[in-house]
Amino acid sequence: MIPPEFDYAAPGTVSEALALLAEHGDEAKVLAGGQSLLPVLRMRLNAPGIVIDISRIEEIKGITESGDAVRIGAGATYQDVLDSALVSEHLGLLHKALTEVADAQIRHRGTVCGALVHADPAGDVGAPVLALDARMVIQGPDGERTVDASDFFVDLFETAVGEDELLTAVEIPKHTGWGAHYEKFVRVSHQWAIIGIAAAVRVEGGTIAEAKVGLTNMGSTPLRATSVEQALVGKEATEDAVAEACAQVGEGTDPPSDLNGQADYRKHVAGVLTRRAVVAAAGG
Amino acid sequence: MDHAVGGTSHLSTKLVVNGHPQELRHDVRVTLLDALRDHLGVTSVKKGCDHGQCGACTVLVDGRRVVSCLSLTASLDGAEVVTAEGLGTPDELSDLQQAFVDRDGLQCGYCTPGQVCSAQAMLAEVAAGMPSHVTEPGALTDPDTAVELTDEEIRERMSGNLCRCGAYVNIVAAIRDTAARRAGTGAQP
Repeated sequence: MIPPEFDYAAPGTVSEALALLAEHGDEAKVLAGGQSLLPVLRMRLNAPGIVIDISRIEEIKGITESGDAVRIGAGATYQDVLDSALVSEHLGLLHKALTEVADAQIRHRGTVCGALVHADPAGDVGAPVLALDARMVIQGPDGERTVDASDFFVDLFETAVGEDELLTAVEIPKHTGWGAHYEKFVRVSHQWAIIGIAAAVRVEGGTIAEAKVGLTNMGSTPLRATSVEQALVGKEATEDAVAEACAQVGEGTDPPSDLNGQADYRKHVAGVLTRRAVVAAAGG
Repeated sequence: MDHAVGGTSHLSTKLVVNGHPQELRHDVRVTLLDALRDHLGVTSVKKGCDHGQCGACTVLVDGRRVVSCLSLTASLDGAEVVTAEGLGTPDELSDLQQAFVDRDGLQCGYCTPGQVCSAQAMLAEVAAGMPSHVTEPGALTDPDTAVELTDEEIRERMSGNLCRCGAYVNIVAAIRDTAARRAGTGAQP
């Protein structure tokens, strides 16, 4: 289907993009890689008056070291992030998850920040970003503000980014030396996650010293399994030792029921997959 | 700004397609797929799902494989685009295209130009040491370790290209042959 007509602008700087957002408000949609936006326009799920293409803004393309964190600019594609030595060294969990996003063609155009703002609960980026305590860098008419990942995801396809604002980067604290695994449950390899478990653990002398667990598609936003994280601390990094802590991962979640599985099924499978993810992250 | 706002329902975009500079005026909504087929007559690029799920419209943009149905032409001003026509001609097939023929890596042929473009880029990605979801973790920490192109790796890396005839076994064989031949290890014909 052909989308309804829209105007198109390709600003060269963030301030030009912000001026356009201020002018057009909720009539505008931001295009970074367009791998979610184009299908949305094509299916006429959204009909913006103007598409603001930020893919030509050089100042937001980089992946850089920023103190204790790695900063990923809004222009960085999944593949740019996968190719980054900083990311593979310090953000193993994000790297693992990104290898499972869609397929190679999509990963060459789609962007990490675009996926975060799109906020599809079945997307693979939210859970690792949430689990790694990321900070979202948002620019707007009043300057720059930073929002913790835990406050960023509001609801289905809804984030803390306002109509006149732009997510310009995500800053993720380094987790150097942590083990990591993303366990994605799908029927075919490039499908949206039926569910996904993002697990990072710091192991000391065979025992889990710290654990971080994020959940994909177990609710209307990515979720953090804090009670599981706490229960894992002090456990031996073996399948038997972590099984009980992981089995409770579905408690308090509200996963969807659809053709891929009912909510109770998702809760059950989440327990199994969390155990696998944690053991794999711990190197087992 | 590259494109001004207002009255932008028609835009002018420059592309280099298979080595030939092109300038086209197009509706703002035209995807690279429609620009190639309808404006420039490059018909190897196929419209399958038009939603980025089947890979039939895969082309190379600045050397990287993308699905042309999810790329706005306006976004690509100045880009270099290569399609199956740019890889080889009927009289002079590329080694990869010839391998698809030799191995019967197709049945109806509709997905084939996309498969060939995708495989061409995929082999370059492997040569550059890019790991995939199924690559052993060792290759991640040591970028100098060559990725071993097993059938599992080929299948994972080609997962964005569907073949509804189910020629997958022969597509994998064609890619395996090409990789081996390029590596100079002498694959079977």
